[in-house]
Amino acid sequence: MNAQQRGITRIGAVLSMAVMLPSVAVAADSCVECHKQWESGSSDPTQVIDQDVHFQRGLSCADCHGGDPKATEAEAAMDKAQGFLGRPARQDIPQLCARCHAEPTYMRKYNPNLPTDQYAKYLTSQHGKRNSQGDSDVAVCTSCHQAHGIRSKKDPFSPVYAANIPGTCAECHSNAALMDRHGLPVNQHWDYAQSVHGQALLVRGDRGAPHCASCHGSHEASKPGTIAIGNVCAQCHGLTRDLFAKSPHKAAHDALGLPECEVCHGNHLIKKPTDDMLGTGSGAVCISCHEPGSKGYQSAQQMRETIEQLKAQILNGEAVVKQAAELGMDMGDAEYALHDANTKLTQTRTYVHAFSPEAMQAPAQEGLHGAQQAEQEGKNAIHEFQFRRQGLWLTLLILILLVGGLLLVIREMESPPKSRR
Amino acid sequence: MSSKRLRDFLCARYELGALKAMVSHKTVPHHRHSFWYYWGGVTLLLIGIQIASGVLLLLYYRPSAQEAFASVRFIMTKVQFGWLVRSVHAWAANLAIFSAMVHLASVFFLKAYRPPRELTWVTGVCLLFLLMGFGFTGYLLPWNTLAFFATKVGTEIAGIVPGVGPVMQVFLRGGSDVGDVTLTRFFWLHIMILPLGLMGLMGLHVLMVQLQGMSQPLSVREERTIPFFPNFFLRDLVAWAMVLGVVLSVSVYWPATLGEQADPFGPTPAGIEPEWYFLWMFQTLKLFPGHILGIEGELIAVGLTGVAGLALMLVPWWDRPAREGKSHWLVTVAGIIGLAYVIGMTGYAVWIGRHP
Repeated sequence: MNAQQRGITRIGAVLSMAVMLPSVAVAADSCVECHKQWESGSSDPTQVIDQDVHFQRGLSCADCHGGDPKATEAEAAMDKAQGFLGRPARQDIPQLCARCHAEPTYMRKYNPNLPTDQYAKYLTSQHGKRNSQGDSDVAVCTSCHQAHGIRSKKDPFSPVYAANIPGTCAECHSNAALMDRHGLPVNQHWDYAQSVHGQALLVRGDRGAPHCASCHGSHEASKPGTIAIGNVCAQCHGLTRDLFAKSPHKAAHDALGLPECEVCHGNHLIKKPTDDMLGTGSGAVCISCHEPGSKGYQSAQQMRETIEQLKAQILNGEAVVKQAAELGMDMGDAEYALHDANTKLTQTRTYVHAFSPEAMQAPAQEGLHGAQQAEQEGKNAIHEFQFRRQGLWLTLLILILLVGGLLLVIREMESPPKSRR
Repeated sequence: MSSKRLRDFLCARYELGALKAMVSHKTVPHHRHSFWYYWGGVTLLLIGIQIASGVLLLLYYRPSAQEAFASVRFIMTKVQFGWLVRSVHAWAANLAIFSAMVHLASVFFLKAYRPPRELTWVTGVCLLFLLMGFGFTGYLLPWNTLAFFATKVGTEIAGIVPGVGPVMQVFLRGGSDVGDVTLTRFFWLHIMILPLGLMGLMGLHVLMVQLQGMSQPLSVREERTIPFFPNFFLRDLVAWAMVLGVVLSVSVYWPATLGEQADPFGPTPAGIEPEWYFLWMFQTLKLFPGHILGIEGELIAVGLTGVAGLALMLVPWWDRPAREGKSHWLVTVAGIIGLAYVIGMTGYAVWIGRHP
């Protein structure tokens, strides 16, 4: 059914409703009763209203649209003199929702934990500001939450459920025609989906992974560039941010007006960091600022060497421990020490953000010690294994000699007297 | 003190003449089937190894859900030769049951249970059941995942037995489910109750063999014998030395593993199965249909296993031809079918386990 056919069907339905209405018995909600008769599309209001959190809590169509849901005639039910609003103007939707959602006393009756500052935040957002200026392109409440069939954000079918948020934002922010009007790029969702965060949320289903709103805010969604990147990343990467704040890089970034983490890691397309990003190799980000021979250049080299040394020691330890384990030796303690050494490696990588070779030494040395200990335990176990085999063969030799001796004694004892010496 | 002085010392105080005469006059039949006579002695040696290694393990083992796994790991990694003691204990347990089964089968097919040795047979069958009990209770003691869930399944099967089953299940578990109390109870059974039963029955079994001597197979006509001491005893020593070599070799080349610590709240891992000597029963239970003539299949399977056990114990009475010194082919065929079923089902269970 195309749009024109659908329009004709709806007009027909409204006309027939006008004829039928007088005969409709007094219903609990005449809006739903009547509209159901001509709404058949899966996303039509009366088809999705049952899933709506407002409807489930006893609110009716009239609470947003006005009118009288108890009236049995269409004219009376949708009488503008009686406060019927009809379809609210897009621009007015935030204010309409705010009538309840910005009212703590009212909201407390339904959900005491639900914040009531969404509207205030929205007004500070880029969307809110532009909406106030009459820009009808920008998002309003229904753009993200839908108009009817509004679900809780904990509902996996909700467009604002964590894993669905990137897709919801992308409905507008990947729309080239729409974004073109505002001079905005459309590659954010694509980049995010490829990033370490996007992979965690969208591929692995890790709901703790950040999505658009985690960094940009939801109702208060801000224009890029107005957010202090370091503070955003620090929501999850607290230690890294603390180390950075105390590092020589902090003052340099501030002086040059550089966005802290973003300079090395990017924004939407944040890839899983690799050790190659550190040092003075071709893939290193350090060399984009630090000239060969400079102190920063030397520090980058030293830091990379520290990490490579620890990695090499862990690899050595793992190889020896694996060899011992394959021989059937119990390497539980050594495996635990290696696990601990790997944790120290992660810590050492985090301490890179202090941008000081000395600051990395404490976790690196602990990791080295653990990996060396594991390697030694592996070597001891291999030695023990060889000792066990040698011991067994010696014991078997003694047993074979014993058996041979006993058999000789028996033979000697049971041989006929004549053959005895 | 020299050996002569010691002998004189003892002889002056005790009547050792009778014992000496018994040992010197005791003879053992010697024929083409004599090989099977050594399996009783081999089982005895393996039980001895179990007692010695078990006593050593008790020095460090801690019977609680919190400490059992860690203590066994400690024995295997930190205690000098602890790994060897535990591996020997685990391997000798399996070999003891295998050896007891071979001994039982040889006694069955040579019809050594015929009068007057009926009670020797009964005590022998009971000893095999006791050894299996040792295996079942000992399996749980390291408190690893496989043992935990195998014990859960094993005690569930025990609960199927009509009448006493549910009571026995609660008694073994110490509650409605396998837990810390189960471990304590299994430990108690493993190191106290079962050993007491074993000592009593084994003493009785060996005493009966000594009093009645060894049975000569019906098929052997000539009455050739050899002295028990030193001829048969030296042969026993040869067998023991060889078995000791086997136990040490398998313990060193395939040491007992420990697996993962049991997590009572964790999911049941795949491939849960009991020790090999229970596999045929386990597989029978799995293959039995849910219901037969309105009766639960599991109940019928457990019932049939019980009847088979009872029939095995009562062989000396239902094999009437043997009582009259005759061999009937039907009894031999029944034995072969029973043995083939046990071996076949065990093999099938192992195959299924590897090709799920």
